[in-house]
Amino acid sequence: MTTANASPRPPFYRDVRVLKWVFQLGVFVVVAMIVYWLWGNFRSNTAASGIPTSFDFLSAPTTFTIPGADFSPNEAVRNAFIVGVLNTLRVSIVGIVLATLIGMLVGISRLSRNWVVSRLSAIYVELFRNVPLLVLLTFVFLGVVLQLMPVIAMAWTPLDWFVISNRGIGVPWYEGVSGWSLTLLVAIGLLGWWLIARWRRKVFENTGRPSHAGLLGGGFFVFTLVLGWFVLGGEMSLPVVDGREIAGGIRIDPSFVALVIALSIYTASHIAEIVRGSIQAVPRGQAEAASALALSGFQRMWNVILPQSMRIAIPPLGNQYLNLIKNSSLGAGFAYFDITNVTQITVGNGSPAVPAFFIALVFYVSISLATSTLVNMANRHFRLVER
Amino acid sequence: MSARTLQGAQGMGTGSRAYRWARRNLFRTWGDALLTIVFGGISLYALFRFVLFLFVNARWEIIEVNLKLLMVGRWPSDELMTMAVSVVVIGLWVGLIAGIVQGRRVRADRSTISSMTRKERIADLTRRFGLIVGTALLLLALTNTAGPWLMAGSTVVAAVFGRVIGGMAGLGGMPQWLTRLGMLAVVGVPVLVYVYLSRTVPLAAWEGFFFNITAAIAGIILCFPLGVLLALARRSKLRLLQSLSILYIEFVRGAPLFVLLLMANVSLEFFVPASIAPSKVVRAVVVFTLFTAAYLAEIVRGGLQSVPRGQEEAAKSLGLSPTKQMGLIVLPQALRNVIPAQIGQFISLFKDTTLAGLALGILDLLGAAEAVTRQEAFRGQGLIIESLVFVGFLFWVGSFTMSRESQRLERKLGVGTR
Repeated sequence: MTTANASPRPPFYRDVRVLKWVFQLGVFVVVAMIVYWLWGNFRSNTAASGIPTSFDFLSAPTTFTIPGADFSPNEAVRNAFIVGVLNTLRVSIVGIVLATLIGMLVGISRLSRNWVVSRLSAIYVELFRNVPLLVLLTFVFLGVVLQLMPVIAMAWTPLDWFVISNRGIGVPWYEGVSGWSLTLLVAIGLLGWWLIARWRRKVFENTGRPSHAGLLGGGFFVFTLVLGWFVLGGEMSLPVVDGREIAGGIRIDPSFVALVIALSIYTASHIAEIVRGSIQAVPRGQAEAASALALSGFQRMWNVILPQSMRIAIPPLGNQYLNLIKNSSLGAGFAYFDITNVTQITVGNGSPAVPAFFIALVFYVSISLATSTLVNMANRHFRLVER
Repeated sequence: MSARTLQGAQGMGTGSRAYRWARRNLFRTWGDALLTIVFGGISLYALFRFVLFLFVNARWEIIEVNLKLLMVGRWPSDELMTMAVSVVVIGLWVGLIAGIVQGRRVRADRSTISSMTRKERIADLTRRFGLIVGTALLLLALTNTAGPWLMAGSTVVAAVFGRVIGGMAGLGGMPQWLTRLGMLAVVGVPVLVYVYLSRTVPLAAWEGFFFNITAAIAGIILCFPLGVLLALARRSKLRLLQSLSILYIEFVRGAPLFVLLLMANVSLEFFVPASIAPSKVVRAVVVFTLFTAAYLAEIVRGGLQSVPRGQEEAAKSLGLSPTKQMGLIVLPQALRNVIPAQIGQFISLFKDTTLAGLALGILDLLGAAEAVTRQEAFRGQGLIIESLVFVGFLFWVGSFTMSRESQRLERKLGVGTR
């Protein structure tokens, strides 16, 4: 082959392929040196002040209690972290559900023909989107929950089913049915729902009669639960005011209430904009076609426009859910025992700061990655398949 | 429903304009009428209660008495002159930049202002900045000395003066050396103002709303180099650089700012030599910078993707080096396209500066607003509502004005429509 000789390779110090690697290695070395410098400082500083750098503190007793969970001060710090993680997940899930509901409602109403309704939702969005979440949360916690809700001696007891006071909200809870049989019941109900939905779908596809899958399946689900409840001899525990505490039922912490309200109101204002944008992104022809088929206003929205707009809305919605999960860390400032607060308290009680915060950060980052993987999967699943 | 809509539509043709408008927008169908009455009633009642609160029930003394604490924290009263001078200089500086930008736009014949009548222009400015001006007047009305009025007056005069001078410079009606000097001032003035301010009161003691504003501005400016570098690295074909940048961006974006601030509070000192003991304000600014850089990187990446490939190819065919292709052709266009998104990022940083107060114990606007309710004169009277409404209002005015400006810019730049 003579071509190789005809165009000789440039000397290595001018060869782009070599230079690229040299450049990359240079940057890498600089980054590594910075990391090494930080790490060296960390080692020498911790050694100088005698602070442990290992994760041994996880097995030490916590020496603090967590209100609302039966948690003794002798349990390991590890268990406190688990309670914290569960509390973060709990507030996030409730917040996400509420924020989605409010956000959808506001986003749809913003496009309403009714002037009052559309104005009100515009005001809602502009009001809450432009206020710092922490100001809103402080307002809800200190101004609304602790100040406007009655003291425990004068608690509101609507229907005698709920107890509302600034020491917490009591709601009815199940009793007498063990966790396992309840899980089984729910599983049977869901399975039945799924089977009925499949059967009705087939009927709909074959005959064109309305499927009513949600009505029949959901009905079966509720029926199973109610029947199982009576067969297994389940009872309901109602909350009552007992001195300065709430007994029976289940008590919801004031900080949880405030956090859920603030998070869902704030995130809903962002979700509303996403929903509005994605509805407007659905081609007008779709709505016109639905009207031409004589669908009612609700059917047009629920069966034609919303499913198509949700496809567009999935990625930004996922982002908002992530923000909500991360923002739930603000609850730590209001005595809500999420993972951030547990970390903060355990560091205050003498656990080494860097490893403890490392655990919290790893938790948040992995939950973010998990959520974005889920969102990507959903996005792929609902993507428009074009021919 | 549809049949009824048709009937309604036919019935709409008659009557006065107000009647037709109400019929179309409020009482189109029976359901609509019900919604209008229910929601209209609720909102009228809420408005009534709110107005009652604002003008009758609320006790605004708590704000009036503590206004200085809320605005600038424990800045020594004798040194307020420094603050006033700085505000006037910044006013002049902003006017100068606005003038230069506008002048250049007129010279390039891209201005829309010349097509407006004086009346339209005033209406436009009122719509855009009326809220800010109104808030400033409200704050001034709460003070009881002449100083703040004097400062505000001089700031306005300085801004107008700067606008006129800058406009002339931008139009090219000035000698070149003076224009150069002006350009230098654009960069130099903020640095000088910072030095001037921090010589009076060290950075560590900056508090109140002043902290929120300066921390947000510092964060967004300082994060720029790192953010742009991260964006370039993430877009580059060099695998090692790309993975380092992705690692940083995804890690920071996955972590809550509040946790990072808490962490900086208790563990930043471990990672720097013991001789440097960063103050709380410095910690906050460091975290804001590192945090915002990751988000800015994603914004800039979007901007880089929005620049058509042809631009790069054209630059290449002109024989520009890769650095010049990026620095002179692609990056300027990318950054210009994402100005609205950058403003959005700035707004969210501005709102997030309140977290520093809670996490690091800095007496920022929110922290001060909570602290004043624990003063002896106001303790236990439920004044937290007044105090938080005031704080929320200030943040709201700032964020709302900026977000509307960013929407306006977005329309003007025509991003996404080209």
